[in-house]
Amino acid sequence: MAVAKVLGIETEYGITVPGVPEANPITASSSLINGYLAQLAGRTSWDFVDESPGQDARGFSVDTGGNIELETHLVNAVLTNGARLYVDHAHPEYSSPECRTPREATLYDKAGEEVMRRAMAGVAALNPHGPAIVVYKNNSDRKGNSYGCHENYLMDRQVPFGRIVTELVPFFVTRQIVVGAGKVGSEAPGVSIREVPFQLSQRADFFEEEVGLETTLKRPIINTRDEPHSDSQRFRRLHVILGDANLSEVATWLKLGTTAMVLAMIEDGELEDLGISIVDPVGSLRRLSWDPTLKATVTLADGRTMRGLDVQWAYRERAERWLDRFGGEALGGDDEAHAILEEWTDVLGTLERDPMSLADRLDWVAKWSLVQGYMERHHLDITDARIAALDLQYHDVRPERSLQRRLRMRRLTTDEEVARATTEPPPSTRAYFRGRCLARFPSQVAAANWDSMIFDVGSDPLRRVPMMDPLRGTKELVGTLLESVGSVDELLEALGA
Amino acid sequence: MAEREQVRRSGTEREEEAEEVSTQSAASSDKLKAEIDDILDEIDEVLEDNAEEFVRNYVQKGGE
Repeated sequence: MAVAKVLGIETEYGITVPGVPEANPITASSSLINGYLAQLAGRTSWDFVDESPGQDARGFSVDTGGNIELETHLVNAVLTNGARLYVDHAHPEYSSPECRTPREATLYDKAGEEVMRRAMAGVAALNPHGPAIVVYKNNSDRKGNSYGCHENYLMDRQVPFGRIVTELVPFFVTRQIVVGAGKVGSEAPGVSIREVPFQLSQRADFFEEEVGLETTLKRPIINTRDEPHSDSQRFRRLHVILGDANLSEVATWLKLGTTAMVLAMIEDGELEDLGISIVDPVGSLRRLSWDPTLKATVTLADGRTMRGLDVQWAYRERAERWLDRFGGEALGGDDEAHAILEEWTDVLGTLERDPMSLADRLDWVAKWSLVQGYMERHHLDITDARIAALDLQYHDVRPERSLQRRLRMRRLTTDEEVARATTEPPPSTRAYFRGRCLARFPSQVAAANWDSMIFDVGSDPLRRVPMMDPLRGTKELVGTLLESVGSVDELLEALGA
Repeated sequence: MAEREQVRRSGTEREEEAEEVSTQSAASSDKLKAEIDDILDEIDEVLEDNAEEFVRNYVQKGGE
């Protein structure tokens, strides 16, 4: 039986200091996060004891060295909404709290954008005469440098990893036709903008392997990082590095919702006889991305060819059957699961008939509409710098500069909900316990991690509260207790910790 | 075999669905076009002043 798809998104934001091109991005990222933290009362450091990015799901381990950890120690905070905000390499990164439904995870992803907006304002407030810092929610600088937007999904450890790969790759190769964020030109070596004027995905150019542990070079379609941040006997955390950072709420929701559904289907054995095996997944990923007419096909191991849309339809058919048989509990309930299936169906149908009419729902379509409209109006060539600027500025997080925001695309959230989600945790995962402890006892939380909290209760040794089950520590389970205790001592005593 | 039957069935369903919604889709398509035109009217005020320099200076170190 599929386990609850506890899920979330980590986004590395692009960062610039306009007028200071030589600015150090690590310093700028630190300043940005400090700008945000300065507005908050307290801060808590992240605890690295259980981090092991070198652990491989295929059952071995790679030494990643100490550099990365050292760098990430620069600025690192846990927020009262349960998220983690830190400097990762040369980028500010927001890791959303664990959420219980794709819709909730979409809200907390949007909350990350709001955190970035407040961080920019915080920088300006701290240093009114200094240069501004500007962030972009995209995945490439159009010069061959890419940074990630990673999704995470809780899975049942019992499902053999090899089966996940076989049954997931065709879905991953093709989901970009729905959830790509769009890009002008290509960054694949030797591919000119004449050959690829516009493509569906920000990231397809950067993938070189089908399966692997790397995230920064030789990027794989399926990443094998095996850090469950939970009970490793029961769970795995599927770390997905393939996706684009979406601005569209519908696209974000579909990305999370359809992927979570496919993973639940794999756990329930619904896809074991799907019979779709793509020859050359990496080449196919690019070919599909490079064709916004959606006519490109992939070749299957049995000799058939299918369009990306055909592959998506095949998964959708199975999703309908799976939902009838198993219900939508894995996605947080029947309503959510049916809504996802309905939107997925509608979007695939519209992609068949009139893809450009999805400009109010899908990022790549919205951007492509803007690019084409602007080119026509000013009689520009695709190589014009203004088109490249438009491509970047679609992702500008500043409300007054964001082109995506001007499009007034369909929303699933309200500004009020997003603002609330920057400080309040989701109620239905352990993020609730993490966030509320931080809000109530900020000075006594010595450190926090995804799967534990460490409290400082004064003269005694530090006390560690393990949180190995992502579905414990919810509002339902600990809400009353957390709001009724008067001190950390009382809390720890009640928890038996 | 079952697989192929299922694909064919969904193909017919898709066509039926397509007919039903084509009228309403045309209307929303026009509305979208008008909205994009509105944005194009004001886009030059929003786009960075020196596009060439902006694009050139947008350099990121890799991440992840």
